[in-house]
Amino acid sequence: MTPEYYLQLMTMHATIMVFFVLTTAPFAGFGNYFLPIQVGAEDMPFPRFNMMSFWVTFVGFLVLVASFFVSDGPTLGGWTQYAPLSAVGAVGGPGEGTGVVLWAASIAIFCVGQLLGSLNFITTTLDMRTRGMSLWRLPLSAWAWFITSCMGLTAFAVLMPGCILLILDHVAGTSFFVPSNLVINDQLQPHSGGSTLLWQHLFWFFGHPEVYIAIVPGMGIVSHVLITNMRKPMLSHRVLVYSMAALAVLSYMVYGHHMFVSGMNPVSSLAFSFPTLIITIPSTIIVLIWLGSLYGSKLRINTASLFALGFISMFISGGVSGFFLAQPSLDIMLHATYFVVGHFHMVMGVAAMFGIFAGTYFWFPKMFGRMMNETLGKFHFWLSFVGTYAIFMPFHYLGMAGNVRRYQAFAPDYMQPLVPLHRFITVAALLTGASQLIFVYNLIHSRFWGEPATDNPWQGTSLEWSTPTTPPPHNNFGDKLPEVYHDPYQYGVESSAGDYVMQVSPERVKTVSEEA
Amino acid sequence: MATTVHEPPKIEQQIERQRDRSRPVSDSGNGGWRNLVPPDGELRLVREYAPPPASTGIWVALAAIGMSFAALTSALVVRKGGSLDWQHFTLPSILYLNTLVLLVSSVTLEISRRRVATFMGGLRSGVASPARWLYITLSLGLLFVAGQYLAWRQLSAQGLYLATNPSSSFFYVFTAAHALHVLGGLGGLVRVIRKLNTFVLRRSTLDATSRYWHFMDVLWIYLLLLLWAKL
Repeated sequence: MTPEYYLQLMTMHATIMVFFVLTTAPFAGFGNYFLPIQVGAEDMPFPRFNMMSFWVTFVGFLVLVASFFVSDGPTLGGWTQYAPLSAVGAVGGPGEGTGVVLWAASIAIFCVGQLLGSLNFITTTLDMRTRGMSLWRLPLSAWAWFITSCMGLTAFAVLMPGCILLILDHVAGTSFFVPSNLVINDQLQPHSGGSTLLWQHLFWFFGHPEVYIAIVPGMGIVSHVLITNMRKPMLSHRVLVYSMAALAVLSYMVYGHHMFVSGMNPVSSLAFSFPTLIITIPSTIIVLIWLGSLYGSKLRINTASLFALGFISMFISGGVSGFFLAQPSLDIMLHATYFVVGHFHMVMGVAAMFGIFAGTYFWFPKMFGRMMNETLGKFHFWLSFVGTYAIFMPFHYLGMAGNVRRYQAFAPDYMQPLVPLHRFITVAALLTGASQLIFVYNLIHSRFWGEPATDNPWQGTSLEWSTPTTPPPHNNFGDKLPEVYHDPYQYGVESSAGDYVMQVSPERVKTVSEEA
Repeated sequence: MATTVHEPPKIEQQIERQRDRSRPVSDSGNGGWRNLVPPDGELRLVREYAPPPASTGIWVALAAIGMSFAALTSALVVRKGGSLDWQHFTLPSILYLNTLVLLVSSVTLEISRRRVATFMGGLRSGVASPARWLYITLSLGLLFVAGQYLAWRQLSAQGLYLATNPSSSFFYVFTAAHALHVLGGLGGLVRVIRKLNTFVLRRSTLDATSRYWHFMDVLWIYLLLLLWAKL
């Protein structure tokens, strides 16, 4: 494997995972299915845009994959595509030719898809709510999708012009991002006066909200799953919503912490470090609400709730290393090491994946009318949980030992003692990857031969559990849209159904006050 | 004491009849978003009903467009601030004429919007089709895009191309991005005219299209000021 090929694979791994998995699956994937149901609508208001957003995203993916088939292969610039090497064309090195253009085009197309999707999500939440469904009666998952779509709308609207400028630098010879007197391979570049930091600013202004776009839907799904399995509402529904909204707002003010060592003015580093530390406050509030609500609850242990707990665990473990990285002085040492890789894989990558898994195990019965196998699910959870810790915890140690990221071989002497640890991580990664086959098998097997599911297998209260059939009909509720009488998550009450009252139930019960 | 009893507006009946036309939707609070403007219907009643998603949706879309241009603006400010190679040039004079054309098109669109209101409000027999004013708006929009093209020709005649200098790069990027959005608005106008001719125009469609169009107007004036001040 040549170093270039390693970097190309790494870039494609990052791009596909960040854009086409972590952005789309928890947000567009579950959201398109369940947001209209949870607000009590038959569909989103602009179904054609919605369809377009899927196909546009798909085309974006094809364009990205197409870069494997151009002469010098896909780009190797990492998912951040830092200028100037990404902007000068083939002279920048192998994989910096057509690959970059295809990458930037793919991302620009992807942005269009996300903007159309966000437009639909926001309008659905604001306009399509059924009678009785006030904003505070929305389940937390619906709130999370709404907040995410607001972030997506503004973040992707910034990335798209950035990508277009990058393409122009590349193919039209403009100099937005390429500085003067740049010499590559003894060749003076014809560009002049551009700012390499400008690309970083445009990219990270999108890039930091992007990580919250990946994680906030997971927070919503996990809260939704946990509440149903705890049989009681969160300590505070509203504070949880406000905290997610605070994350969304703050996420725009912290992006500079990705650029501490970029040569940016040190005063700016300080200015970006401060909100970075502040953003831990809403994150901590969210985690404390989860933990405080879990404390003393009789949690039903099933695969969905296990993955929800796993999400919290990953979010905390990965989040703690964020405190270190938020300090500009510490970041000088830790930047571009495996410490950062471990941090974001846990807090954003694996945590978001666990959110996706929790949602899958939880909603699968509604989506396909069959239960997933619990035993296999629990095997899948424990192998994934232990496996990901085995992979990503050592990354932090590697990073502190000075192991830089994006190296294909560990040639320097000081890295030699670290090689056995890399071997261990590789074995752990292969095993964890293989254990995902259990999930794939479970998914396919349960889809066709699983136990038939009832309409409301988890005794949930929100609207997705009151559809006339399982799976729901094409227009979600058949001929009659539901009417909502209660706040979400009325668990621990005495009603004719048992310990909960559904949002659509007109039954008058002594309800728990959420803000008590 | 006056004892006149005012009849409450018959909104419910209105809605019921619309439902019959589509499929039954139930008595949801927002079921009224399918508010086709009826050929003989009273607009006031329709307007008083729940806001259709198009009016929310268009603001959301405009927010995204505004954000994109804000990003490009900041790119311009950063790029200009740190560079020694920035060359000033005077904007092509035809731009001011184009601005006038675009402003007039907003006025004609407003006129046609009023005409549509009277036309669709049941007074159809006495009024000529408002499509004429929409066609005028459409032509003015096309004229604007053609004018922008002429501005590019003027610049290239001076030897200023996309890659000549960052200032010209930004000029082309800004004007092309805006022209593309104007073309999108023209597509919206064509759609409005087609729906008007078949009497299935929703008021919200017309409102959303004209909001978009006026936004393009405001955006252009902002861009003109920005380019005039910075280039």
